[in-house]
Amino acid sequence: MGVAVWAAVRRRPGRFLVSWWPWRAWALLVTGAVQGVLVLVVLVVGLLVGVGLSVLGVGVLVLGWTALLGVPVGALERWRLRLVEPERLPDPHRSAARGLRGRLREPASRRELAYAAVQSTVFTAAGLLFAAALALCLLLLSAPVFILAVSPDTVMLWPGRPVAGPLDGFAASATGLLGLVVLAYSGALLAGAQVRLAQQLLGLRDADLGGRVLELTRSRARLADAFEAERRRIERDLHDGAQQQLVALGMTLGLAELELRGHDTPATAPAAALVARARGEAKLALEQLRTLVRGIHPQVLTDHGLPAAVSELAARHPVPVLVELPLPRLPGAVESAAYFTVTEALANAAKHSGADEVTVRGTLDAGTLRLSVTDNGRGGAAPGAGLQGLADRIAVLSGRLTVTSPPGGPTRLDLEVPC
Amino acid sequence: MLRIVIAEDAVLLRAGLVELLERVGHRVLAAVGDATALVRAVDAERPDAVVTDVRMPPTHRDEGLLAALELRDRHPGLPVLVLSQYVATAYATRLLGAGSADRGGLGYLLKDRVLEVGDFLDALERVAAGRTVIDPEVVRILLSRHTADDPLGRLTPREREVLGLMAEGWNNQAIAQRLTVTEASVVKHAGNIFMKLDLDPVEGNRRVLAVLAYHNNQAQQEN
Repeated sequence: MGVAVWAAVRRRPGRFLVSWWPWRAWALLVTGAVQGVLVLVVLVVGLLVGVGLSVLGVGVLVLGWTALLGVPVGALERWRLRLVEPERLPDPHRSAARGLRGRLREPASRRELAYAAVQSTVFTAAGLLFAAALALCLLLLSAPVFILAVSPDTVMLWPGRPVAGPLDGFAASATGLLGLVVLAYSGALLAGAQVRLAQQLLGLRDADLGGRVLELTRSRARLADAFEAERRRIERDLHDGAQQQLVALGMTLGLAELELRGHDTPATAPAAALVARARGEAKLALEQLRTLVRGIHPQVLTDHGLPAAVSELAARHPVPVLVELPLPRLPGAVESAAYFTVTEALANAAKHSGADEVTVRGTLDAGTLRLSVTDNGRGGAAPGAGLQGLADRIAVLSGRLTVTSPPGGPTRLDLEVPC
Repeated sequence: MLRIVIAEDAVLLRAGLVELLERVGHRVLAAVGDATALVRAVDAERPDAVVTDVRMPPTHRDEGLLAALELRDRHPGLPVLVLSQYVATAYATRLLGAGSADRGGLGYLLKDRVLEVGDFLDALERVAAGRTVIDPEVVRILLSRHTADDPLGRLTPREREVLGLMAEGWNNQAIAQRLTVTEASVVKHAGNIFMKLDLDPVEGNRRVLAVLAYHNNQAQQEN
């Protein structure tokens, strides 16, 4: 990260003087001095009160909150530094780490406290000196006006030596102007130093990022869990609701059919045929609903786990499937991801590969599920959107999905998930 | 006329089953919604047959199956027909593998089968008559799930057909009718099947049981 104000001086030292940069640097330093004094007062008072009351227990709390003074100072500084630094500093705090304990535990908070301490002492002292020097230079610069305005005899630029006339005033102006030039460059230097310090202490560090990545990973896993739970709920609702209703409907129609057959006359024959058709349609609807449920979250997977569910898949598959899954029950999310991976692989094998045999093998070894689906087809398969979605789902579980499909085959899909 | 106890947690389906069975002349002694009530009702009513769902409260897993096994223990010879939502061959083998098939009929049907009202009633009567009835779909899957070195692979297509029908609980005469062959040739096929599968030719339900138990063992070896 560069420092913009230093770069401005280095690029065109002459032009720098007539640009906005000196003003910005001065504004930063002077406002910083005011802020720094206030921060210092709060820090010192907080420290004294905290230490004084530490026997009461409340003091520890006061010390804790004082230690967190860096956090608002950091926020304010990140905003204030935009005066001289166009590149904004990112907020290093984690949104999840709230409250006194959470914030205190963050390394970013400690860095901000260090910054507040340095800013409220070193930079504040420098800022105050700077403000005084600036005032003096402006005073010198405006000396001729003073001399004109009031009688020259009464103006003393140096103690005990009244000025001779307005011309003396111009010498003072020249001195003041020179002083301003010096202050412009030194102000840029000082403001730049403050930016550098802020970049070191107030920005985002890799350590903060690590926490953030962890938080993101967790929230992603929570999201995946929520989806999983939702799938199960939908499966349950369909099973308890529409599915039962359709079975009951089919049974009623079956009964009607029996009744009509019982009184078999030419008059009832068409009605019997219609009822039989209706029953067939109810059955079809039930099958479709069941296929839908299987695509969401199959019951057999919930109840019996992966081997049973994959066996049912295999039994329904047009290509013979050999299943070797000596597996115990695994966490729901793992079972579900593995099941849908096998579903997708089998569907691809049936659609594209031209294979006449598919093998599903899986083992649980040292806490890792290793599952492979191999077909003896022609290979050359390009992973589609379905597999991409599954790879994402598996990545959430810190697992890995790889597909190898050289032209000429075989196509092999490997799944590795820790569980 | 059969005296029947029904256990099914879905209210609509339970009512439907009661109506269906009563309409064709059976008597439903009790229709309950969970496994505990089922065991209690059977103890009290001593029915001729039990029809139970696998998945029931409280855990919605295999309460019905466990209750069926318990009932078979408490009332030897009690015919039980189990209805399942999905194929789950493990259920069928657990139900049939207990070595109790010679003590009364057993059935394992997919729930959708109740839509084929005629087939369902037929199956129930066969179970009540002491036979073993396995859902055709389950049989199909049991027969299709074989590996290269599996003895089932040595059967001819016709022999597999015969084995399938045996598993569905049909006797030789019915199998002969369905395949439009003579009963003698069914007997011959059956003999071949037992020889190829290296099984003792035993009578009736136990033939099915033997095949299923054999499959169960295979599956356990694989696992």
